[in-house]
Amino acid sequence: MDETKAPAAADDELSRAEIWIATTLRAGVLISLALVVMGTLVTFSHHPQYIASRRDLARLTTPGAAFPRTLSEVAAGAAAFRGQAIIVAGLLILIATPVVRVAISVLVFLEQRDYTFALITATVLTILIISFALGRAGGS
Amino acid sequence: MSPLVFTVVVFASSLVAGVFGSLLGLGGGIIVVPVLTLALGIDIRYAIGASIVSVIATSSGAAAAYVREHLANLRVAMFLELATTTGAISGAFLAGLVDPRWLFIAFGLLLGYSAFAMLRRPHEDTQSVPADSLADRLRLHGAYFDPVTGIEHSYRVGRVKLGLVLMYLAGAVSGLLGIGSGAFKVPAMDLAMGLPIKVSTATSNFMIGVTAASSAGVYFSRGDIDPFVAGPVAAGILLGAFAGSRLLNRLPANRLRMAFVVVLLAIAIEMLYHGVVGHG
Repeated sequence: MDETKAPAAADDELSRAEIWIATTLRAGVLISLALVVMGTLVTFSHHPQYIASRRDLARLTTPGAAFPRTLSEVAAGAAAFRGQAIIVAGLLILIATPVVRVAISVLVFLEQRDYTFALITATVLTILIISFALGRAGGS
Repeated sequence: MSPLVFTVVVFASSLVAGVFGSLLGLGGGIIVVPVLTLALGIDIRYAIGASIVSVIATSSGAAAAYVREHLANLRVAMFLELATTTGAISGAFLAGLVDPRWLFIAFGLLLGYSAFAMLRRPHEDTQSVPADSLADRLRLHGAYFDPVTGIEHSYRVGRVKLGLVLMYLAGAVSGLLGIGSGAFKVPAMDLAMGLPIKVSTATSNFMIGVTAASSAGVYFSRGDIDPFVAGPVAAGILLGAFAGSRLLNRLPANRLRMAFVVVLLAIAIEMLYHGVVGHG
């Protein structure tokens, strides 16, 4: 009895998973894009000389350039409405989007009682967290 | 060059990179890195930081549309992510133990071979894919609607275990060499698992964001993600990927395959060059 019902129900629920995942991705991308654009506009309005002067580019784009590199610097800079910090906040949301997508998939598959795929996505999430931790330990 | 002109140039070239990257499932790094380093003289560190951001932007920007149109096969993607993420960790550990020059040569040859093998599969006969009990059990098979032909294409997925092994290698190579693993993912899905080319590029596009995100944290804490470089890259790529994701479904499969083969050959030649000449 269950065997005849399962595939149709699973198909319906898969489209619910698809809607959840597509919505997560779209939200992450739109928030990130809005912050990057806003941060760029703020940067140019705070530094009008960037529009025409050729002297500043090297300072902004060669190693040693001053920009936020830690989460607390980003938070402090964004609170002070600094353009560079707002851009980095947008980039961090962009970086987090695929990871959040995996986390949402775990929940959706659990809710659908598709335990095989809940386990698969939970394992992927765990590996991502491990690689992030290893990277932090080895990277700096 | 004033900072404003720089921002506009980087944004415009990233727009183009986003369109092509999202169509081919490769990310946008293969266009963004040369533009930043060769044309604009940006330091390689910042170029690679921006390239990682561009891969995530291509993937996430196009994925919402690909998921809705059923071009990206979610179940295949999530299952194979087991192998790519494990591979990426192993690759990061092996880095430093293996001479990258030999790897560039070996994988350059492998990619070159893949390009020719993909040429020999011009007419996608999705019926000749061998039956695979694991694919049945995991319900990996799928279907998508093609507005060019007006047909709903249903396809079966085969050789899942071989696919897993190849994806592990793809992840390890990207961890080791830091190059886009999309170049390996698409041939693996096309040649081994028998997926239609549009599904292969869309599914690869869906997957590459996860691999890139796992290493992006390192680049951020190292201070390699310069907002002045990566900001316009992200904005351009995202908008380009939105546009590209609307084009894929209307593109004839054969033309997509040809475009992919050409780009794959170019990547293979570049890798061989790297391997033979060494890092500059």
